[in-house]
Amino acid sequence: MKSQVRDRGDVRIVELSGKITIGSGDVKIRELIDEALAAGKKNIVLDLAGVSTIDSSGIGEMVACYTTVTKKGGHLKLLRLSPKINDILQVTQLITVFEVFDDEAEAVRSYG
Amino acid sequence: MNAIEAVNAHLVLASRFENIEVAERALHDLCATAGCDGEQLYWVVTALREAMANAVGHGNRLQPERKVHVDLSVDSSAVTIRIDDEGEGFDPSLIPDPTVPENLLRPSGRGIFYMQQFMNRVQFSRTPGGGTSVLMVKHLQPTTRSAENEKPSPRSR
Repeated sequence: MKSQVRDRGDVRIVELSGKITIGSGDVKIRELIDEALAAGKKNIVLDLAGVSTIDSSGIGEMVACYTTVTKKGGHLKLLRLSPKINDILQVTQLITVFEVFDDEAEAVRSYG
Repeated sequence: MNAIEAVNAHLVLASRFENIEVAERALHDLCATAGCDGEQLYWVVTALREAMANAVGHGNRLQPERKVHVDLSVDSSAVTIRIDDEGEGFDPSLIPDPTVPENLLRPSGRGIFYMQQFMNRVQFSRTPGGGTSVLMVKHLQPTTRSAENEKPSPRSR
């Protein structure tokens, strides 16, 4: 898995690409979220446009990060799901947990 | 896809997560030989990865001397996968439903759910040595469908 991080105002944008799978990508997500929180960035958008595969460990880590960020008073939101990642969030019912956006500017504006 | 004879592979892998990639490559190679549709293959590979992760992590507890035995068979009508570990076995009925509201925010417990969603048949049993054996079958559709035409009803895949 590869990642690129940038900030738009108070919002941390984390672009992910490749596989988010057990033993590699799942750990990396946790590190990226911990780095954002350590930098005082509690509003975080995960851009998943480049993600080809996410296994149950990757999904589990996203859920754990969602809980961590929420407990810190922030919000973790998702941006640009591929059709397959969207399918996975649908079948796991996690589409009801995460706020999902197709447009980055709209995601940033949602933080008010 | 025209009817073809089954192509098979048997792998014995050390219990490392990196070996999930080895099993995935073997399945890709067999499916390429058999002409298995790429869209269907994506979901079969997803199930294979979950079963491998369970065998390596939960079954063999990442002990490299314990092996994961992988049998793959692909023909024009189905992909069949059997994965055996050398662990102590477990009762899959004890895994809670990850989609009920009280479990949605649990960080684990979705692997078997993935497998059941993406395959037509998932059957657990004990190996003679007491480990877990999982048999998974995916019936192949005769025509290619694009991702855009897929609906989020996994058993249709």
